[in-house]
Amino acid sequence: MVKLTIDGKQFEAAEGAMVLDVARAHNIYIPTLCHHESVTSYGACRLCMVEITTKSGRKNLVTSCLYPVEEGLAVQTNSEKVSAHRKMLIQLLMARCPDSDVIKDMGKKLGVEATPFPVEDHHKCILCALCTRACAEVVGVSAISFVNRGVEREMGIPFFDNKDACIACGSCAYICPTGAITVEDRNDTRFIHQPWDDMKFKMTKCKVCGRYWAPVKQIEYMAKQSGQPIEFFDKCPDCR
Amino acid sequence: MKKLSSPMDLQELRKSIIKNRDPKKTIVSVCGGTGCTALGSGDVIKALREELKNRGLEDKIEVKVSGCRGFCQHGALVTIEPQGIFYQRVRPKDVAEVVEATLNGKTVEHLLYRDPVLSGQFVHEQEVPFYAKQHRLVLANSSQIDPKVIDDYIFFGGYGALAKALTTMKPDSIIEEIKASGLRGRGGGGFPTGRKWESTRKAKGDPKYIICNCDEGDPGAFMDRSLMEGNPHSILEGMIIGAFAIGASEGYIYVRHEYPLAVENATLALKQAEEYGLLGDNILGSGFNFHVKVSRGGGAFVCGESTALMASLEGKVGEPRAKYVHTSDSGLWGKPSNLNNVETWANVPIIINNGSKWFSAIGTAGSKGTKIFSLVGKVRNTGLVEVPMGISLKEIIYDIGGGIQGNRKFKAVQTGGPSGGCIPESMLNLPVDFDELTRVGSMMGSGAMIVMDEKNCMVDIAKYFVNFLQSESCGKCLPCREGVKRMYEILTRITEGNGKMEDLDLLEQLGTTLNSTALCGLGQTAPNPVLSTIKYFRDEYVAHIRDKKCPAKVCKALITYNINEKCPNCGLCIKACPQGAITPVEKKKPVVLDQSKCIKCGSCLDVCKLQMVKVK
Repeated sequence: MVKLTIDGKQFEAAEGAMVLDVARAHNIYIPTLCHHESVTSYGACRLCMVEITTKSGRKNLVTSCLYPVEEGLAVQTNSEKVSAHRKMLIQLLMARCPDSDVIKDMGKKLGVEATPFPVEDHHKCILCALCTRACAEVVGVSAISFVNRGVEREMGIPFFDNKDACIACGSCAYICPTGAITVEDRNDTRFIHQPWDDMKFKMTKCKVCGRYWAPVKQIEYMAKQSGQPIEFFDKCPDCR
Repeated sequence: MKKLSSPMDLQELRKSIIKNRDPKKTIVSVCGGTGCTALGSGDVIKALREELKNRGLEDKIEVKVSGCRGFCQHGALVTIEPQGIFYQRVRPKDVAEVVEATLNGKTVEHLLYRDPVLSGQFVHEQEVPFYAKQHRLVLANSSQIDPKVIDDYIFFGGYGALAKALTTMKPDSIIEEIKASGLRGRGGGGFPTGRKWESTRKAKGDPKYIICNCDEGDPGAFMDRSLMEGNPHSILEGMIIGAFAIGASEGYIYVRHEYPLAVENATLALKQAEEYGLLGDNILGSGFNFHVKVSRGGGAFVCGESTALMASLEGKVGEPRAKYVHTSDSGLWGKPSNLNNVETWANVPIIINNGSKWFSAIGTAGSKGTKIFSLVGKVRNTGLVEVPMGISLKEIIYDIGGGIQGNRKFKAVQTGGPSGGCIPESMLNLPVDFDELTRVGSMMGSGAMIVMDEKNCMVDIAKYFVNFLQSESCGKCLPCREGVKRMYEILTRITEGNGKMEDLDLLEQLGTTLNSTALCGLGQTAPNPVLSTIKYFRDEYVAHIRDKKCPAKVCKALITYNINEKCPNCGLCIKACPQGAITPVEKKKPVVLDQSKCIKCGSCLDVCKLQMVKVK
């Protein structure tokens, strides 16, 4: 165990734990947009920056989602510096995603109502990579990834055309913090509304209750992964 | 090729190479670096070989293709050895004359270097002002050896440092020696090399990797390319010594694909070293194994960042990651990895050969040894210069660089590549080392040095570099992706006359946030050109914003071209104007320029011999 202080309070944490997790476990608020406990930390949104002073007296700004705790570490989660930078970061996002309630609410929480930058784009996606990480790490199919680089960066499927790898599970929509990806089941079709396009997938009907309960491709994938015969999935979980 | 199985074998080989060479034999050495190749050195070599063949002089005069000599602007460069006669701007048509003069013990006058400032001709390379103030350690052999011939490198003592390290030193004592030398990373970070080696040696994990970073991507920088092209064995020797000290068994040379000659020469060097037993299993019979591969980068600037480079080596998208866990503990494929820049590796054999005490006598308190800069921009002499740390900017720009072209006024020098800062005239006496450059808001970077004169608009310069960084940002972290884009947007509106005074504060705030919150060095240093120009050239920003004027007359939206009333209507500008914006009115009366058609391309200004076109 390691001893550290967060905002002046003493805590003990397991070696290797990240500062963000320790803070959250003790109900200390640190804003994040690209962090989720189900996927590896990525450090892209930079909102979880905290000011640290190490045992040897070295001061630094670090992303708490990726900074492992260390003995004698003193963390300030909301110092003047941290707060000023967070405000600037959220203002950059407000200019990118002016219509997003999630961003607006976080702005309010950080004390920002408006952005000084011209609002021309109306993106919903903040490029946090939660969807791509969930797709790769949790689902294991890597159907979506980032395309292009820098200011041109966007999220997409190969050539914005090839949806072969996608199993239509909707994990991307589930994990998306801003609603840039949503999922909708309409009769026998699952729609995954992505920023670049709508993807359509056929659904399977439960042989007992007749409800369309899962996409065909997802069932095939589940059968393959679990080793269960495909017939096992003829019934929905409720009717099994 | 016989495999060398001991340091003694290497010594014997060297002796036999020396014995087989006639020190008095005339050698015509032509630079085969990329700069000279672009200026036709390939044709010079061909013409030279033909001339010697036709005259039956092939046995008497040897033709050698050397590495880069740095004075690229004056290529193709040719030296006559052993006399050391230095010819510049040699073309194939000059070859017969060169051969004739060489046979008669004379020099070809019109190919000798003449200095635009100092009078007289310079016969020998070391007398040329461009070279006279340099301290060539790392570049010393590039002009002497043929980078494609390992025997040439061995002739000049090559791999002697490796033999010394393997036989007389222990890994720990090598690390101590490098630490004592004070060598700091030449890629830009300036991290003490010995300490980096030590942490990788102490790290747990197997195998350990050695990486040579030759992903040079700064506009105007070409020192790593030249070194890899001109003396690849010196880099490789440094890597092998490093691998032995660290306990690494595998290595990579990561070189960008746009450097075909560097790729070719590095690959060839690996092959030759392996054939001699200087690389591979049981190096020089010591029992130490080390294998190296060349990996070609796709040309992304961000891949010069160590973690992005490693991701690229692993076959992933070249994006950086947080380095709270150091790459010395968990780098390439999660194994301890030691990455150093080309120039850092090339310094290693020099330190092992001469000792840390000798090496640390060169330079300043905090920065030891020499540094190679690529001096470009508005200086008279552009090229590669190697100078001792602590030399002043003034000496580099005026004594070596020969001052500003066209006797114009110096305005600023940008050091450290696109994300370096612009240093004003008042700081020309600044001693150049890692700490001093950082102190004034710039950085050493990899060593690009771009000189600007009064005709450069500093707002436009900042905009240019920010645009470069915006297109090279990987886009992973929010501040770099969105912030650099916004900086570019603000700078664009200032140069178009739509800026507001508040924009300066916003740029400064945004810059500070990028400095502190961006994920990697690219984003953290991206605001440097903006912050340093606001700091040192604020009046230019104010002129753009408040007075809607561009003092350097660069920003098109803020200037107009005007015809002087004394214009005699010679008609040159009328022909030159691509828009048909200039029309004659009456004979011998000034032409008329239609501002609504003018695209401010400057063609009229360029062709007017009477300076009747004025930019306001």
